[in-house]
Amino acid sequence: MDSVEHQIDRWRAAVLRGRAVDGGDADELEGHLREQIEELESAGLSGDEAFLIAVKRLGEVDLITAEFAREHSDRLWKQLVMSHPDESGRQSVLTMLGFAVLTAVLIQVARLLAQVPGSSSPWFLRDLSLFVLPVLAAYFAVVRRMPRRPAVGLVGAVAVLAVAVNVFPFPPGSSTDLLVAIHLPFALWFVVGVAYVGGDLRSAARRMDFIRFTGEWAIYYALIALGGAVLLGLTGLVLTPIAPGAIQEVMTWVVPSGAAGAVVVAAWLVEEKKSVIENLAPVLTAIFTPLFAVMLLVSAIGYLVAGVGRDFDRDLLTVFDVLLLVVLGLVVYGISARDTNRPAGLMDVLRLVAVIAAVVLDVLVLGSMLARVGEFGFTANRVAALGLNVVLLVNLVVTAWLIARLLAGKAPAVRLERWQTGYLPVFAGWVLVVVLVVPLLFGFA
Amino acid sequence: MNIDKDLVAAMATPLVLAILVEGTSYGYAILKRVRELSGGDLEWTDGMLYPLLHRLERMGCIRAEWGVSPEGRRRRYYEITEAGRAQLTEQRRQWDTATRTLGGLWGMAVPVTGA
Repeated sequence: MDSVEHQIDRWRAAVLRGRAVDGGDADELEGHLREQIEELESAGLSGDEAFLIAVKRLGEVDLITAEFAREHSDRLWKQLVMSHPDESGRQSVLTMLGFAVLTAVLIQVARLLAQVPGSSSPWFLRDLSLFVLPVLAAYFAVVRRMPRRPAVGLVGAVAVLAVAVNVFPFPPGSSTDLLVAIHLPFALWFVVGVAYVGGDLRSAARRMDFIRFTGEWAIYYALIALGGAVLLGLTGLVLTPIAPGAIQEVMTWVVPSGAAGAVVVAAWLVEEKKSVIENLAPVLTAIFTPLFAVMLLVSAIGYLVAGVGRDFDRDLLTVFDVLLLVVLGLVVYGISARDTNRPAGLMDVLRLVAVIAAVVLDVLVLGSMLARVGEFGFTANRVAALGLNVVLLVNLVVTAWLIARLLAGKAPAVRLERWQTGYLPVFAGWVLVVVLVVPLLFGFA
Repeated sequence: MNIDKDLVAAMATPLVLAILVEGTSYGYAILKRVRELSGGDLEWTDGMLYPLLHRLERMGCIRAEWGVSPEGRRRRYYEITEAGRAQLTEQRRQWDTATRTLGGLWGMAVPVTGA
């Protein structure tokens, strides 16, 4: 009997190794195994025989853990240890470096082309993201071994965007040009997203992974940028005594290439080092959700009492777009790390407060803005800001409703997750409208 | 008899929900009931039941609670929820249609239920 206990322990350790199965699940599986063994033993089998048959019935450990991994991908995301042997580890570094160098070189080529006399340089700033993000998308397409058809689709999408924004006849200083420059990176980020999920667009779980990836990527990128700033600052200080004239030159070569290459490096880091630190986006969210909830609540009460000033400037809507985006980020990254089976808690209450306050604030501003659109008329900027505002507002109103239902115990947390992942195409669609349709509507003004 | 894997997978959800309608149960007992009902014809890898139960829990179809078995072992009990019952009704409607359609072809006497 002792040896059976020993075998059960070994089996349990094997089940837990993949990290997709947590302690509670292992208890459950072990309970099952023991019950099966007891039943077989009472039918006259020896301990060893009973163990073998019970394990066989339960299924191969690899298959079970793989099935658990599919169901609990959030756990893997938090804990997966990339356990590839050295050879493939080096391969993944080389692949990453290849793509990082590619985008770094592309950006330099574009920069040099933009300096050719007679060429107007505004295209360089507008197209900047076109030299970086498609490379990142290509990196994921390669790493994920994306099938040919969706890959060709992605190339087509990038080509359409690249051609469209460059054949649009923007006059100098046009505001639609600026709008396109701002929205194009986001449109391309959705292209990266398609590559990231390996073309598996319909899977809500994969979409959620992409949302998690986006948050972690932004944090890694910011960290790399900080490190880069320190490096460049020191380089400048060290070079000043011997070659003050060279600093400018060094910066124009290093900064664009470094910034472009870091996009790929940060993406690789997120993928490889998921396990090194606990995901940061949910941690930051946990810190800032209460603070934002208080700030928004106070502001909402303030606006309700004082009323929206008559002379708010027209950029205020953009400020509120950013505010709604931040609140949405807090909600999304809060739920991305949430154990979907846990009952609603204080954090959900805070989330609800933040979302409702943000919605109230936004409705006040929006109402006052709409009342005055008649005075000013629509411009491309106002349409872009207003459209994004409406898109965000709709999302947050439904989000508030779902959190309220969650708190009332009437809807599972997964509904909230599904809503957010299901809404991604709306964002993608809106960004595309701004890049491709708004300039046409406003005659490229 | 060997039943196609896809068919087993398709049956799994309504089967588990229907068993839980009979009363709160736990993994091992659910599998025993499956074996009993199918007369052993339905081969199921036991371990695959648990991820399925967790998925149903996440979707709100069932509720799980830790309890203790008569032998004093920790055991997770599952109970069907209202959403689970609704899901089962819907699945049952679909299966009725499927069996009625095939039964019509194969000359089985399948009672026409629902609409």
